[in-house]
Amino acid sequence: MRNPIGSQIGTLEYVIRLVIGTILLSALWVTSVNASSMDTFQFKDEATQLRFQILSKELRCPKCQNQNLEDSNSKIAVDLRNNLYNLLQEGMSDQEIIDFMVYRYGDFVLYRPPLKEQTYILWFGPLVILFGFIIGVVFVLRKRSQVKVNEHDLSTQEQANLDDILNKK
Amino acid sequence: MKSIIRFIPLILFFLLAVLLYRGLFLNPQSMPSAMIGKPLPNFELPTLKALDQPVGRDDLKGDIVLLNVWATWCIQCKYEHPYLLNIAQDPRIKLYGLNFTDDHKAALSWLKQYQDPYVFSIFDEQGALGLDIGVFGAPETFVIDHTGIIRKRFAGPINDEVWQQEFLPLIETLEAEMAEGAS
Repeated sequence: MRNPIGSQIGTLEYVIRLVIGTILLSALWVTSVNASSMDTFQFKDEATQLRFQILSKELRCPKCQNQNLEDSNSKIAVDLRNNLYNLLQEGMSDQEIIDFMVYRYGDFVLYRPPLKEQTYILWFGPLVILFGFIIGVVFVLRKRSQVKVNEHDLSTQEQANLDDILNKK
Repeated sequence: MKSIIRFIPLILFFLLAVLLYRGLFLNPQSMPSAMIGKPLPNFELPTLKALDQPVGRDDLKGDIVLLNVWATWCIQCKYEHPYLLNIAQDPRIKLYGLNFTDDHKAALSWLKQYQDPYVFSIFDEQGALGLDIGVFGAPETFVIDHTGIIRKRFAGPINDEVWQQEFLPLIETLEAEMAEGAS
């Protein structure tokens, strides 16, 4: 009992504890990260706060490029977060805020690009590739099944030889 | 037929290699500004040297206006500054500054220390105008034509090479447009 890791049950218990501990720790970490960009803002209600959270995840930082406004601590992201807060306090709708940002920074600020001619390849490219592969696979499989079974048949002599070998055993 | 199929993976590999190789030399920061082709939005902001006298869009006089976004916290602005003094001599353009989310005292002493290339600098402490024209950092330089339309946004410091390649051709185009409009 002094060394619970040594016994079988002890090992299991140890693993479970480790897993639970990791989950708890990561949950703690996630909440602390979420709190960091929030705590300076005072919202009039919870719905506005939720909209702020969603929008700052949807909008991309123009400078840092692979971060959203919530993640980034670059100067422009902080400025835009402040701005987002002000726009929300002014009572703008989500769509108005997104239009406001797109007018100034272009489609680039959106993590989800809008569906239009220039973005067709983004939206449909993967599907086209997928279908290409499916067609390719079907084509190859069909070709394989068409190979004549007869070609692999043994000649009479070969069959006799085979029988011979098998019967010997 | 079979030999062609055998080469498909190799061909795909080369296509991908060419694509990725090109990607190595792209500048991810050089994004087209959403503001190109749109009019410069109006504003009412003080200048660095006259805090009590707000200026607006119509005060940016000149046929070809260059609006240079700068700040004392911006290191590349310091690198760019001597060249701006150079550009300001060009009679074809008028160079204005947009002092972006900066400290007033620091900005003034910067201009004193390094000389002032600008006709004047707009003092945008809150970054309001900066936001309206989609500024995401400094230095950035906007070219505004004689009709008040933003024609170019260049992100990054200007040096001789950039000036020759990015700005001079546009200035020539704009001059031609103006000559056409006048005749």
